[in-house]
Amino acid sequence: MIEFRSVTKQFPDGTVAVDAFDLAIPPRKTTVLVGSSGCGKTTLLRMINRMIDPSSGHILIDGEDTGSLEPVKLRRRIGYVMQNSGLMPHRKVIDNVATVPILGGVPKKQARDDAMKLLDTVGLDRSLALKYPRQLSGGQQQRVGVARGLAADPNILLMDEPFGAVDPIVRAELQQETIRLQEGLGKTVVFVTHDIDEAFLLGHQVVILQKGGHIAQVGTPAEILAHPANDFVASFVGADRGKRALRIQRVGDRDVVVDENGTPTGVLQP
Amino acid sequence: MNLIEQGFAWILDPENISGPSGWVARLLEQLAYTFGAVAIAAVIAVPLGYLVGHTGKGRDIAVSLSGGFRALPSLGLLILLALGLGIGFRAPLVTFVILAIPPILAGAYAGFEAVDRRTIDAARAIGMTEWQVVTRVEVPLGLPLLIGGLRSSVLQVVATATLAGYVAGGALGAFIFEAFALRDYPQALGASILVTALALVLEGIFALLQKLVVPRGVVVKEQREVRSRSSRTRAVMGTPIREGK
Repeated sequence: MIEFRSVTKQFPDGTVAVDAFDLAIPPRKTTVLVGSSGCGKTTLLRMINRMIDPSSGHILIDGEDTGSLEPVKLRRRIGYVMQNSGLMPHRKVIDNVATVPILGGVPKKQARDDAMKLLDTVGLDRSLALKYPRQLSGGQQQRVGVARGLAADPNILLMDEPFGAVDPIVRAELQQETIRLQEGLGKTVVFVTHDIDEAFLLGHQVVILQKGGHIAQVGTPAEILAHPANDFVASFVGADRGKRALRIQRVGDRDVVVDENGTPTGVLQP
Repeated sequence: MNLIEQGFAWILDPENISGPSGWVARLLEQLAYTFGAVAIAAVIAVPLGYLVGHTGKGRDIAVSLSGGFRALPSLGLLILLALGLGIGFRAPLVTFVILAIPPILAGAYAGFEAVDRRTIDAARAIGMTEWQVVTRVEVPLGLPLLIGGLRSSVLQVVATATLAGYVAGGALGAFIFEAFALRDYPQALGASILVTALALVLEGIFALLQKLVVPRGVVVKEQREVRSRSSRTRAVMGTPIREGK
């Protein structure tokens, strides 16, 4: 369980990225922070592992105030996956994955063996282990990034727009993989994105943010779609238009679902 | 026999080769000045450059310092120092150290600045200490530019070390200054050819070394002259990572 208690972050230039933010992130579920640029979502994520320290307020992990923990130790027990993978270009794939355990004192041989198994876990062929990141495709690099995030077997995995830079087909694959991994490993995943479809796909809990880190609405995707808290949320999730504004049309003895333009998208199952 | 041939004849004359004042000994003195000065300069400039490159602090000072040092006229400095330190090897050595510092300093901090900010950010985010970020990420990735700085510095000093002869500091310049006094042009030319050859050989060795130290897995972008490059574009890349892109 991760708790934000009245967290505020003001940057030295005066920008208030996050203002009196409260949120409880349930364990072993995926929570997605979603909002447009400048809403403070990345700042919030980076405050969990103290890459950014709050100006005021507290962040608690399982009841423990992160402000009292040593940042380096804290970061080693929290997985972190970033956009553009952030892999070290001068290290082989396997060494990139094994970095954190080796920093933590695991013998090199064992760390590499474990890293090999992690390549399987994230769906990468073991033959890629001895290649350098540059030799991999964008999607493969992101998988390596995820494997590195999981290497120290953390309870928490932070993902900062990890699929923002890959093409739509690979993104869809990686999203399914993330769902599978989260269910299989039972990690607490905190995921940042600006893509509402991605948020609804991955999130058990979705947090829609407005400028300044203000929460517009928190809930399951179904709750948010059914009862958008305000006009901002309704327009952000697109509940009243396009592919989400569905109607039922009776055709003979079946209910056909059609979208805003009357284009059929599916049939209700009896 | 024209002058060039006479120059080579001087080099090949056994009388000029060996002994304490033969050119082999003088060439070794030239090398000793070069590597002595570059080594001392590296001990001073590499940690300083790394500090500037890692923290981003004092960058303006480092830039103007290395620019200013370059503008110092070597011969003037040498004579000034010789007035204080006396003739012999000390004044030339100090001069060459001062000459060697700017390119090394620039190579060290430019090497760090050239590392992708996202790589450093990720290294920190997965739990590397600042020291580990420096030693495991910035140093290996900055090495090609540092070697580039060492290379320019070695070349500058090996050529300038000829001036040591002006204040009785030995090295190949001793032949040249002596030759001018005696109007012995074949000797002046022979010694100049040796200095040139030495500089070319060192250049070749460093060019090779620079290729070898590029970390595997890294593509080297077109390397421009370390001394003249502006890192303004990288400074922009280095702004702290903020909100969703």
